[in-house]
Amino acid sequence: MIRLENITYSAVNEETGKRNTILDDLSLDIETGKYIVITGPNGGGKTSLAKIIMGLYTPDSGKVFLDGEDITDKPIHERAKAGIGFGFQHPPRFKGMTVRDLITIAAGRKVRHAELCEYLTSVGLCAADYLNREVDTSLSGGELKRIEIATVLATDSPVMIFDEPEAGIDLWSFHRLTETFRTFHQNKGGKTLIIISHQERIISQADEVLLIAGGKLSDRGTPGDILPKIDSFAARSCRYDKN
Amino acid sequence: MEDKSLIRKNLLEKVADLHSVPDGAYNIRENSTSAGRRSTDAIKIENKEGAPGIVVTVADGTKNKSVHIPVIITETGITETVYNDFFIGRDCDVLIVAGCGIHNSGEEKSAHDGVHSLKVGENSRVRYVEKHYAEGEGSRTMEPKMTVDLAEGATVEIETVQLGGVSDSVRETTINAGDNATVLITERIMTDGVETVDSKTTVNLNGNGSSARINSRSVARGDSKQIFYPAINGNADCFGHVQCDSIIMDRANVRSIPEICANDVNARLIHEAAIGRIAGDQILKLQTLGLDAEEAEERILAGLLK
Repeated sequence: MIRLENITYSAVNEETGKRNTILDDLSLDIETGKYIVITGPNGGGKTSLAKIIMGLYTPDSGKVFLDGEDITDKPIHERAKAGIGFGFQHPPRFKGMTVRDLITIAAGRKVRHAELCEYLTSVGLCAADYLNREVDTSLSGGELKRIEIATVLATDSPVMIFDEPEAGIDLWSFHRLTETFRTFHQNKGGKTLIIISHQERIISQADEVLLIAGGKLSDRGTPGDILPKIDSFAARSCRYDKN
Repeated sequence: MEDKSLIRKNLLEKVADLHSVPDGAYNIRENSTSAGRRSTDAIKIENKEGAPGIVVTVADGTKNKSVHIPVIITETGITETVYNDFFIGRDCDVLIVAGCGIHNSGEEKSAHDGVHSLKVGENSRVRYVEKHYAEGEGSRTMEPKMTVDLAEGATVEIETVQLGGVSDSVRETTINAGDNATVLITERIMTDGVETVDSKTTVNLNGNGSSARINSRSVARGDSKQIFYPAINGNADCFGHVQCDSIIMDRANVRSIPEICANDVNARLIHEAAIGRIAGDQILKLQTLGLDAEEAEERILAGLLK
């Protein structure tokens, strides 16, 4: 289980120079083995929340627990070893490092060829075409994103977080990707899947949806509970923005 | 007291991947003298007349053969210039493993300057691997100069590696490519401390259908300095691509000056050059995969120089 206790996080707005509160005394629990989707308006704090769990951001105050252990002060790589995986919304490129290299690092062991192929196939890439390609500018944004997802799957972490995995991916691949997440979660029952997404198709697959807005947990429930509220919530957010 | 046989073994492994006497033809030069030579029916190695060095002649049609010609210096105060000529016949496919290793534990300068001439016959393919390595307290310099002439349809793949220990190196390579000849150059360099590298590569694409790719990758650490001058001259209907990527760290200095020059309306030439520090998001990504920051940095550098 992941537990966030009274997390407050602020960051300096580069344009105004002022410090803005991104997450405001937020507390929540995420049960082990659940398929969770975090959704909400842009700037609401979803990515910050996910990065705080991974250790990429440090909260101003509050605590993060993984299976009862306080991991607030653990560095990123120790959280990874403790069982948290993270897929970036905008993954970096690595000149000189091949897809095979990256997946092998992710797995933390020697990976059989057939297994490497499985990871790539699961994200809709033909292994023969990609395994020995460098993760550099020769890859399109969509290809890079799918490789990013494959690396996270290769970590086999008990907790996997994906920040907008659908962004930059074409429609055909998106359908396949949603299927990948669904079957992955079904087949690996004990794993916790946390996906930040705005896509109804992904939201509708979740066990539970968390609605994050204005730095707070605005609502949580099943997709059936939350999806009808999103439109009206978006309209309210618009009015708040105008004020 | 230094164990010279261990030093020798280590240097040969580093510069030529040699763990024992190689298969095929070889010539090992150690402290300015011959430490072993073997010619084969297809590959003949002889002394060069009038100057220190060797002449390597590869017979027409020689395929899947190799010749190792490493040079090692284990004594301080040895400075030498060696002239090696290679004549590769027609329709060959051979590997040349050159390389130089210097161990200088004394106070005097040790230096090896290799002047190479490589003539590749029609439709032949040569892979030329040259590794430079040095160690010890004394000055260790290398100044390789190489001229390559490619006949019609010939291919040369040059792989140069220098991953540490050489105090100063000045490299100069000139390649003249005939019709449908292909040039592939991969250069990988890492410097540290106060080491300096000055690397100049010029490819003259003289023949129609000729092509060249120069791929230079480097890492500069400490107070080291690197200068790269890769140049392609398109003198015919040809294609050339120069790519230089460098990672700069600490207080190092890197200059990358790629040049493309078209002297024919059908020449298509591209150059790309980038110098920068290791990107923070690369480190973060590898940390999310379980590496600490130091391990992540090493993996990124190893990847670039692989």
